[in-house]
Amino acid sequence: MGNVGTALTNLKTNFKSPSQRRQRLGLFFVLPAVIFTLVFFIIPLLITAWMSLFNWPLLGKHTFIGIENYVNMFSDKQFWSSLWFTTKYTIIVTPCIFILAFILAMLVNLPMRGVSLFRTAYFLPVVIGLGASSLLWVWLLNDRVGIFNRMLMDLQLIKQPVVWLGDINLAMITIVISIVWKTAGFAMILLLTGMQAIPESLYQAAMVDGAGFWAQLRFITLPLLRRTFALTLVISVIGSYLAFDQFYIMTRGGPFNQTITVVYWIYNNSFAYFKMGYGSALSIMLLVVLVLLSGLQLYLLRGEPDI
Amino acid sequence: MNTTVDSVQHFGKIRHRHAGTRKASYYIICSILAAMFIFPIFWSALTSIKPPLEASASPSTYFPTHLDWSNFKKLDEYGMGLWRYVFNSTIVALLTVFGSILLSTLAGYGFSRFNFPGKTFLFITILAALMIPFQSILTPLFIILGKLKLQNTLLGLSLVYITFQLPFGVFVMRNTFETIPRELEEAALLDGCSSFSVLHRVMLRLGIPGIVTVAIYAFLNSWNEFLAALIFMSSEKNFTLPILLVNVRNALYGQVDWGALQAGVTVTIIPCIIIFLLLQRYYLQGLMGGAVKG
Repeated sequence: MGNVGTALTNLKTNFKSPSQRRQRLGLFFVLPAVIFTLVFFIIPLLITAWMSLFNWPLLGKHTFIGIENYVNMFSDKQFWSSLWFTTKYTIIVTPCIFILAFILAMLVNLPMRGVSLFRTAYFLPVVIGLGASSLLWVWLLNDRVGIFNRMLMDLQLIKQPVVWLGDINLAMITIVISIVWKTAGFAMILLLTGMQAIPESLYQAAMVDGAGFWAQLRFITLPLLRRTFALTLVISVIGSYLAFDQFYIMTRGGPFNQTITVVYWIYNNSFAYFKMGYGSALSIMLLVVLVLLSGLQLYLLRGEPDI
Repeated sequence: MNTTVDSVQHFGKIRHRHAGTRKASYYIICSILAAMFIFPIFWSALTSIKPPLEASASPSTYFPTHLDWSNFKKLDEYGMGLWRYVFNSTIVALLTVFGSILLSTLAGYGFSRFNFPGKTFLFITILAALMIPFQSILTPLFIILGKLKLQNTLLGLSLVYITFQLPFGVFVMRNTFETIPRELEEAALLDGCSSFSVLHRVMLRLGIPGIVTVAIYAFLNSWNEFLAALIFMSSEKNFTLPILLVNVRNALYGQVDWGALQAGVTVTIIPCIIIFLLLQRYYLQGLMGGAVKG
């Protein structure tokens, strides 16, 4: 067997058969996509790392300064402030999204009539774009012309219009609400996919054993959703860490630069102050943080369920 | 009757006579939630058809006294006129859709049906780009586009958007092609078709669901994208819709006209909602397929 096998292999490698030539054709099909990825993803990534070692203004000479950008980062108060704010924001927004998405997924997973209508409604905000959504909420929350204040006053919940986006805590709350509104549907679909992969028979067996709703949730649904949950969590956390649009549009980083996220700070440095070298160093730092975060999450949520 | 009882078993043991109230409360809860999700969009659209004075009224009014399209007309007075920006956004979106489909289909075919050296490595490289947040490579992208003389052009922006779509697009198309039986392809090859004809005659026709999915995501992502457009476009005539709207909001053109702003939001939102409602199946399939595989 071995001898025949090696003989055949030698035959194949020494004589390129038409089918082998054809296999290489695959390379050409794949090439355009690879070239695009190289030019617009890989190379820029390498350039970012390279630029981070320079003082690189938009116009004029760029000078090599080694790790000076990274050293300066440590004493950059706004950087740490932004990092902290972005972390705080992520910590608040993530559970909100998940809890709502989980509830929605459970509701929509039932074989009731009209379920697809509800699913569509819950998902609708996902497709409208973050820019449009932020502009929508800016109006909604406006203290003079927004309908939010009007409704709250009519319901006697507040006496005077509130400037929601003018106070750091209120702004955080309302932006979180707007983001949860926008993205819960997406997380819902991801969780739903995982839920639908759980065999019905498990629930039926549990019911026979006398397990009620909460027991079923704890011992069947949640453990089996672990992998889906981990994936959804990583996507959600990365998304929150990269937040920019809503803060640029709704609060302009205010009040008093308190809502400047990491990406917003990168944007300011690279495209407002044109300190592109420093902006690149910040970008690399962001990447490192994301990789660490994702790795941490996947590590903590590792392992197959025991069922 | 019994099947209704069985179907709500997730709520625990149900007594027969409670089934009706359980069902009712289910629908009430779901409807309230649905209302919460739809209301903001609804009110925004409603504001856009209010007479301008009512739209900027303080405190806000609920319903318009009469239908008024002035807000849309006023939106046209900003910068170079609404339609210029709609045009720009549309061109970019169409280029992105076309480019994404082209590259993803070719690459998906290559990865699915061929075995060449470096195949796995290249596949992983393209997919790994999903891990790179484009926010961190904007600076060099800005410079690269400049070197290619594509900065501040719709084409340049489209090329960047196409690249963003590639990981997902290639993934979807490869999976789509994997589900097509190889016998069809082999039969065509035996009949003397070139590989390219096989792609063209056989795979494309059967791969339509995947292509539609890629198209939808490409369109929505490029139509809605804000940050890259903001950075790469420096002259008014090349702005896309999101940039126009943000400029309106930042009162670059004077006092914020809320009616006009919401009119702009409505114009931006409508294509997305229409596409989603019509092609829901493909959109959700794309998401769910990816999640299961991941």
